[in-house]
Amino acid sequence: MLRDITLGQYYRTDSVIHRLDPRVKLATTFIFIISLFVVNNFVGYLLATLFLVMCIKLSNVPPKFIFRGMKTIFFLLLITMVFNLFLTPGRAIFTLWKISITYEGLFLAIKMAFRLILLISGSSIMTLTTTPNNLTDGLESLLKPLKIFHVPVHEISMMMSIALRFIPILLEETDKIMKAQMARCADFESGSLINRAKSLVPLLVPLFISAFRRALELAMAMEARCYRGGEGRTKMKPLIYQNRDRIAYAVVFGYFVLAIVVGRIIF
Amino acid sequence: MIRTDKLVFEYIRRDEEGNVEGITRAVDDVNLDVKPGQFIAILGHNGSGKSTLAKHFNALLYPTEGHVFVDGMDTEDDSHLWDIRQEAGMIFQNPDNQIIGQVVEEDVGFGPENMGVPTKEIWDRVEESLKAVNMLSFRKSSPNHLSGGQKQRVSIAGVIAMHPKCIIMDEPTAMLDPNGRKDVIRAARALNDVEGITVILITHYMEEVIHADKVFVMDKGHIEMQGTPREIFSQVDRLKELRLGVPQVTLLAHELKKSGLPLPDGILTREEFVEELKKLKK
Repeated sequence: MLRDITLGQYYRTDSVIHRLDPRVKLATTFIFIISLFVVNNFVGYLLATLFLVMCIKLSNVPPKFIFRGMKTIFFLLLITMVFNLFLTPGRAIFTLWKISITYEGLFLAIKMAFRLILLISGSSIMTLTTTPNNLTDGLESLLKPLKIFHVPVHEISMMMSIALRFIPILLEETDKIMKAQMARCADFESGSLINRAKSLVPLLVPLFISAFRRALELAMAMEARCYRGGEGRTKMKPLIYQNRDRIAYAVVFGYFVLAIVVGRIIF
Repeated sequence: MIRTDKLVFEYIRRDEEGNVEGITRAVDDVNLDVKPGQFIAILGHNGSGKSTLAKHFNALLYPTEGHVFVDGMDTEDDSHLWDIRQEAGMIFQNPDNQIIGQVVEEDVGFGPENMGVPTKEIWDRVEESLKAVNMLSFRKSSPNHLSGGQKQRVSIAGVIAMHPKCIIMDEPTAMLDPNGRKDVIRAARALNDVEGITVILITHYMEEVIHADKVFVMDKGHIEMQGTPREIFSQVDRLKELRLGVPQVTLLAHELKKSGLPLPDGILTREEFVEELKKLKK
């Protein structure tokens, strides 16, 4: 059933990581990504890997879920490695016609691959352990300082959560429209790619019209329930830092300092 | 509670250059007065102006002429806008298009959040309103997994959580199956009986209005008939002229009377009908 679709890739289980404040997780992911670009040697990467493995262990998410995300970037990974391998100038190990593999190239290719793998698995840990709703809440609260520059932070996060709420409804609607058109002999499955793309046009038009109609009705319903933007609004589930969040911040800060020291200065 | 004074509303159709193409009078010279605690039903077939009228009660539309007063406040006075919307809650027809939260309890909390109610009180209100519509066990569910009737009851809870004095329901049952319809109407009646909230129910299902204190029948923007359900339903022929059906029992009694049985006018329920028939036997 379309309505059972899970958005993002949230993995439902209970763990310390799941219970952490979304702001902590967002900040951690951010710091982790920065640390990957700061460290410059294999000891540093080893440290980053250890940190990630610790997070995965704590999150109770089966590792295969994390590596599933890797499939999508496999080609990117391959291309990056190939380019780095062949196009880095330096001492040659092996030369074939005009192309040569260099020591520097080999080193860079492995480093890049490591960096990408850690980056993707680091961010998927966040999306696997945080519901989309929590994520928008966390983003709203972290981006609050941007209000000084008149960025409509609350409105953006409201739009995101409404979009999340309506995706299953619109999917169901697409399904309905498709069936209704198939009943009248529309063909979505056969033919060339171009033909199939063309057959989607009559599907998109009614879908758009109905989406706008829904938006209009929803806006009216929201106004009827006294919605008037973020001003003077209270929260039913406000984000409040717990002790575990403070500990997590401390651990992440420790990791970051260690990563800089180990990955940059000592070696 | 709600009073309209010579209310007129016109939809203005414009062509692409913004010139006026035509004017439709959706509501024409409506005067009504709803007392606190009443259960009011507004009947009318499609295009009779009943939904347009309803949107005036909650300041979603403003009168072209005349005035609407909610609890003494003029809806055209901007300084009272949010007070009016809080006091007069509104339920719409399509349950999907009025649920904002991704979890039932979050949706119920949406109204109080907008009003700036403190967090702890929001939780109390959410619990009490979900209890009032008998949906407390679904508080952690996703609205996408509920049936139409359940979704509509969540919408009602969302309005109750704002502590309104009056709830306006704009065809809340039009998209529901018979069971969902019964649940929603039962919830609405309970609110009226137990909590004393004024209910204005807009509908074209006759069965839903037999418990109302007062019924208004609209046609072409006018109020054509008003009175108790019994008074309204005793005029079967007049209702037919307005393209409205009557409850089946009422219709049966009416036809029997026409063919000679001495039955009274305006029989509304099956029980009543049975009683009357028993009297005849004696």
